Amino acid sequence: MAAAVQDDGINPWRTFASDFAEKKLAVLGLIVFVALIAAAIFAPWITPQNPYDLNQIDFLDGRLEPGSVGSQITYWLGTDDQGRDLLSGIFYGLRTSLAVGAASTLIALVLGGALGLFAAYFGGRVDTLIMRIADLQLSFPAILIALILVSALGQGVDKVIISLVAVQWAYYARTIRGTALVERRKEYVEAATCLAISHRRIVFKHLMPNCTPPLIVVGTVQVAHAISLEATLSFLGIGVPITEPSLGLLIKNGFDYMLSGDYWVSFYPGLALLITIVSINLVGDQLRDVLNPRLKK
Amino acid sequence: MTQTVPTLQVENLQTQFFTKAGAVTAVNDVSFTVNRGEVLGLVGESGSGKSVTGFSILGLVDQPGRVTGGKILFKGEDLTQYTEKQYKQLRGSRISMVFQDPMMTLNPVLRIDTQMVEAIRAHENVSKAEALQRARDALGQVGIPSPEERLKSYPHQFSGGMRQRVAFAIALLNKPDLIIADEPTTALDVTIQAQILYETQKLCRETGTSLVWITHDLTVVAGLADTVCVMYAGKVVESGKVDDVLDNPKHPYTEGLIGSVPSRNKRGQPLTQIPGMTPSLFNLPKGCSFRERCQYASDACQQAPSISKCEDGRLVRCHRVEEALSHV
Amino acid sequence: MSNQEQNSPVLEIRSLSKKFVKPLDFAGKIAQKLGSNIREEVVHAVDGVSLHVNKGEVVSLVGESGCGKSTLGRMVAGIMPPTSGEILYKGQNIASLTGEDAREVALKVQMIFQDPFASLNPRLRVRDIIGEAPLVHKLTTAAEQDDYLDDVMLRCGLDPSYKRRYPHQFSGGQRQRLGIARALAVQPDFIVCDEAVAALDVSIQAQILNLFIKLREDLDLTYLFISHDLGVVEHISDRIVIMYLGRVVESAPTEELFAKPNHPYTQALLREIPRLDARHADFTPIEGEIPSPLDPPQGCHFHPRCPFATDRCRQEVPQLKSVAPGHMSACHLNEG
Repeated sequence: MAAAVQDDGINPWRTFASDFAEKKLAVLGLIVFVALIAAAIFAPWITPQNPYDLNQIDFLDGRLEPGSVGSQITYWLGTDDQGRDLLSGIFYGLRTSLAVGAASTLIALVLGGALGLFAAYFGGRVDTLIMRIADLQLSFPAILIALILVSALGQGVDKVIISLVAVQWAYYARTIRGTALVERRKEYVEAATCLAISHRRIVFKHLMPNCTPPLIVVGTVQVAHAISLEATLSFLGIGVPITEPSLGLLIKNGFDYMLSGDYWVSFYPGLALLITIVSINLVGDQLRDVLNPRLKK
Repeated sequence: MTQTVPTLQVENLQTQFFTKAGAVTAVNDVSFTVNRGEVLGLVGESGSGKSVTGFSILGLVDQPGRVTGGKILFKGEDLTQYTEKQYKQLRGSRISMVFQDPMMTLNPVLRIDTQMVEAIRAHENVSKAEALQRARDALGQVGIPSPEERLKSYPHQFSGGMRQRVAFAIALLNKPDLIIADEPTTALDVTIQAQILYETQKLCRETGTSLVWITHDLTVVAGLADTVCVMYAGKVVESGKVDDVLDNPKHPYTEGLIGSVPSRNKRGQPLTQIPGMTPSLFNLPKGCSFRERCQYASDACQQAPSISKCEDGRLVRCHRVEEALSHV
Repeated sequence: MSNQEQNSPVLEIRSLSKKFVKPLDFAGKIAQKLGSNIREEVVHAVDGVSLHVNKGEVVSLVGESGCGKSTLGRMVAGIMPPTSGEILYKGQNIASLTGEDAREVALKVQMIFQDPFASLNPRLRVRDIIGEAPLVHKLTTAAEQDDYLDDVMLRCGLDPSYKRRYPHQFSGGQRQRLGIARALAVQPDFIVCDEAVAALDVSIQAQILNLFIKLREDLDLTYLFISHDLGVVEHISDRIVIMYLGRVVESAPTEELFAKPNHPYTQALLREIPRLDARHADFTPIEGEIPSPLDPPQGCHFHPRCPFATDRCRQEVPQLKSVAPGHMSACHLNEG
């Protein structure tokens, strides 16, 4: 009776990687994204200047054009009105932007994911309650809710993260609920019920791992969304404090000089923001294609 | 049997799929003949190539697969030489098909009458009124009550069994010479299956339409078919008249399949079973594909057996039969 | 098996019912308030079914789609709560048990599912699929788990060295064995098989049926075997219960049922199963479709399709009555 197992000898991770690599643009996006993350993490070691160390800043180098040589270093992307090196500023700004984006996404994903799972698994009143709140929240523009929350909570990185979580959790709750509703009806969940396994275990050990792929896709795209939301808030002056400037705040700082011809103070942080968001979206789009079983050949 | 051209004659058909992991021969050296008004049961388990054989005849094998050898003679014309355009003219008029899932032929957003009239007028230049009349007749023919009203329904308004009947009615619209039915009753309940088998049988008798009935269920073939082809791992291992094959199977696989049918066995006693499982087409054993599951396997089976013809006209692909015949 | 009569039932079901209600949505409720005759959709999936299964018996529940056999099986296995009625395991009402007792009984009744793909969690390894429940319920310890699993897997014809694999690496028949091993791992004595061989190829189906027969002898199991396939059922069961649209229409020992079917529906079913020895059969189907369970016919559910239906059948629901020892049927015709 010992029948041979069909061993297809395919490593799922390798298939995943080769599927992902099919689209060159996505690979490019991934490379850029990884490079940006590296730049953000290693900013204190690789930037020519620490823009927040007053000892390193020469106020006389204010608003120098890209490529000009200052008293200590060459400013490849120019300087802002305080004489800070823009390239260094962007790297540090990325740090804040990415950290806020990643942290808020992660928290929102865990929170929204758990709520969505519970809603789907228990159904009935729990489901109605959670999903109506989510609906209510999704019916307002994200930026409006974020604006209200931040102005109510006050400035600070933590407050921005809280308001971004509040804006985003509903997406995850809704996404995972849809998947979980399908998975919940599958016989393996019934089997677990029949084996008298606790609800908590069924939800987290059986249901959750089968509901994560769409969540990962939404999560990736939402990081980009969170970053741009944060940039908007900071640009409006109610986001992160000046002591921890993000890309949005850098753009705002230079905005006053746009019309006077010193375009670079705003332009390069803006470009950095654009590249970040585009690269994340490229990765996210390809993830969606690869993880969607319906598009599989 | 008069000496006329058979409706369908498949000769040494070979269909391959060219996948990333290499070429797979899904249909390998398959030959059979269906005469006018005859019902052929094409039997096999999953992965035996029975459905791909059906698709090959219809010219519906999709990339990365294609028919790579052999002939498909439909009333003497070789379909393997047909262009896609010629095939389009043929399908739905002279050859039609019924699938396990009727929604493969039915368009969910169109009413039944629209679909049926379209199906007729695609192949024939008739007035709309005449086409409607024919659609009505076809629905009546397959036993759908009050066809006049049902014509105005959408597919989702029918039950599963009714939908399959509509699919049959559409297949019959242009009075085809051949219908290829792929597991059409597998998803249906017993009483509904019996109704469809009944209608089908009646139609074949009345109109002389030939039928290739693809199924995994030997008991359906027993009741319906005149001849049977048993497929295993892409090859026909045994073919012949239903009575001969089922009463006195010569290939060990056929024997095993028949033994596996529960109602043939004594209640509560273990069924005679075929050990092991269907091999993957990527990794077929050398020689006879059934060798590893066969109780009679010998050294000779390391070589692929060829087809031997028995005295009752039956074709069997097995060394034991070959040997037995050579001793006579 | 001959002294079945003396055995007390392992499982007894008393007028068990399950209703599925699709509540009205908001617009529907408003329409109802405004006097529209729109109503909640109610399906009586199982309608007052009573039956019992004795120790060591194989009782089969047969019926076509929508007859409620799977719902009944799920209620017995504790996956779904009944709307009304009682399920008794060895004389104890399952609903009245709490805590440790409830868990113990829940583990004693296990289920094997139809779909060998959907019934196994694709993200878990074999050792977790089979080994999770015994570990959680302390039937084995982490140290002894490997030996424990080896035993169960060997019993089900699985090579224990496959413990680290994922379900997708197995064929359909082997997956079904995994499902059986998972159920057996908690040492049940009552197994509900819900169409457990319907999705398998004929030759694999025979292997699994043989496994069921062997396990029954080795482990002294009792089965409730749910199937639409009378051929399979005839082979494996001691007693057969036929259901139609949520109600039992006939129940009898297997030989008796096949020799002397009483209910017109049973007769039709038996006539219409394709058989190997019925060549070029003249199929004589019963008319009509199975009615929608949303709107079942009045009186006897089968009357619209029954060739013998009378006025009484159209109005009055027939009760299950004994027609021979151990043979019950719900048909007005038996009363002349």
